[in-house]
Formats: sequence, structure tokens, C-alpha cells
Amino acid sequence: MTTPPIVHESSPDTHHDVYSRTIFGFWVYLLTDFMVFATLFITYAVLHPNTFGGPSGKELFNLPFTLIQTLLLLTSSLTVGLGGVCAHRKLKKWTLFLFFITFLFGIGFMWMEVNEFTRLIEGGNSWQRNAFLSVYFTLVGTHGLHMLFALLWVIVLLIPVCYHGIKPNSVKRLTCLRMFWQFLNIVWVFIFSIVYLLGVA
Amino acid sequence: MIDPVHGWNVSFKPVIIGFVLSLLLILAAYFIVVEPVLAGWSLTFVIIGLGTLQALLQFVFFLHLGAESKPRWGLMIFLFMVLVILVIVLGSLWIMHNLDYHIMPTKGY
Repeated sequence: MTTPPIVHESSPDTHHDVYSRTIFGFWVYLLTDFMVFATLFITYAVLHPNTFGGPSGKELFNLPFTLIQTLLLLTSSLTVGLGGVCAHRKLKKWTLFLFFITFLFGIGFMWMEVNEFTRLIEGGNSWQRNAFLSVYFTLVGTHGLHMLFALLWVIVLLIPVCYHGIKPNSVKRLTCLRMFWQFLNIVWVFIFSIVYLLGVA
Repeated sequence: MIDPVHGWNVSFKPVIIGFVLSLLLILAAYFIVVEPVLAGWSLTFVIIGLGTLQALLQFVFFLHLGAESKPRWGLMIFLFMVLVILVIVLGSLWIMHNLDYHIMPTKGY
């Protein structure tokens, strides 16, 4: 060791390498997660006509309800994007505010999804009924599970920011969370188009 | 304000542009389905096309695809992901359709 380890907590440039490597690694993870969703989408595309005499998407889905859900998630994608910018500019209060708003939109989205799932199950249309419902619950449920983890992640990240302010490490973590959230919104775009819009059309 | 280190991450503008464009595309797709302007395969292709376009816009404006500097590893990995997904999706559709055609004689193709 010829050079002593120097830590500059205040300047983000010394973290540039760690920062960009982390973001790149997370980007690769997100793209592999897309492949997971692609296999679920193709399973849906193959199995969705097999309703075994049960109702199809046309009778089951409530399109205005899902439109509101979609707009909630899109707006949360906006607020998390703005929150990410504020985190880079080290605006602590705005970052906390925007990520908290994102969290509330996420809760609203999840509440609507749980509502829809209970409506389907109480109507006797659970995942056990036919291949269409199995694959529908698997696809939308996997997205919902990702959302649940994203919500937990928001709480875990906001507590240290609340107490210690925005450190270079927290910029990195908040950026990963922002990318994850926006990735989930992109997956939802396909769920909305393929499952809901084409299911009703 | 473009930071040489973090690129687009420090500007509000792309986020807002991406939001407005996505909103317009969502409403367009919704109205095409609710007021049945199209039917059959053309409707399917238009809806999937609008969805793919919206996803691409969100990749560019939210996740800053292609905004990085020269060795564009992020973009390359993205293109590889697109290739893998196309192989999975088109290959599965082709194989499953073929199976359906050959082993489900009751369907009467």
C-alpha cells in the first residue's frame, strides 16, 4: 500500500467509479428482470384463451378502474423522477417530500390492486378456476410483489436520509430505487396494454 | 443544468417531457379501445405498438437510455435484452401455435 486510503465523504466525484459501477450493475439486474416478465407475458399470451367455460377478461375487468390505477403509477413515476433529480441536487426536504408522495401513490396503487384481486376471488374467479386466471394472477401478482418490495425499500431508504441528510451513498441508493420504480412502471405499461386493454377489446 | 458526471440525472426537463408523452399515449390507447375505432388484428397491433412506444419513451426520458458517454455498455446490454426477449416471445408464439395446430384436431383449422 503506497497510497493511504482517502475518503472524501463530501465530494461525489471520488465516488464516481463506485457510483457508475453500482448503477450499471443495477441496470443489468433490471434488464434480466425484464426477461422474467417477458416469459410471464408470453405464458399469458399462450394461455389466456383457455377459460374452461369461465368468464374472459371482457366480463372480469373494469377498465376505468384500471385506467385510474395506471395513471396513479405513472404519476408516481414522475414524482420519483423529480425526487431523484432533487437527490442529485442535495435538496433534502424536496427529496423526502417527493419520495414520500411516491410512496403514497404506490400505496394507492397497491390498495386498488388488492381490491381488484379480492373482487375477483369473491366472485369465484380465483387462480384455481382456469388457465387464464392462473396466468393472470401470476403475471399481475409478480408485478405486485415487486411493488411491495419497492414500497418497503422506500421506507428503509428514507429513514437514514431523514436523520443524516443526503450523503453520496444515499444518492446512489436513491438512484437505484428510482430506476427500480420506473422499471416497474414500464412493466405495468405492458400489463395495461396486453392484459387489460386487449383483454377487454 | 447538465452535470458531466451524472448526465441527465440532474435535470427536471426530461422527466416532465416523458410524463406528458406517456400520459397522452395511455389516453390514446384507452380511447381506441373504449370507442371501438379499430377491430381484430389491427387493434391488437396498434395497442401493442402504442405500449411499446410508451415503454421506449420511458426508457429514454426516465431511465436515460443512450444518454451515457462513449463506451455505451448500458445501451449494448439493453439491445441484447431486446434480442433475447424477441427470441423468447416470437419463438414461443411460433412453437405453441404450431403445437396447437398439430395436436388439437377438434379446433378445425
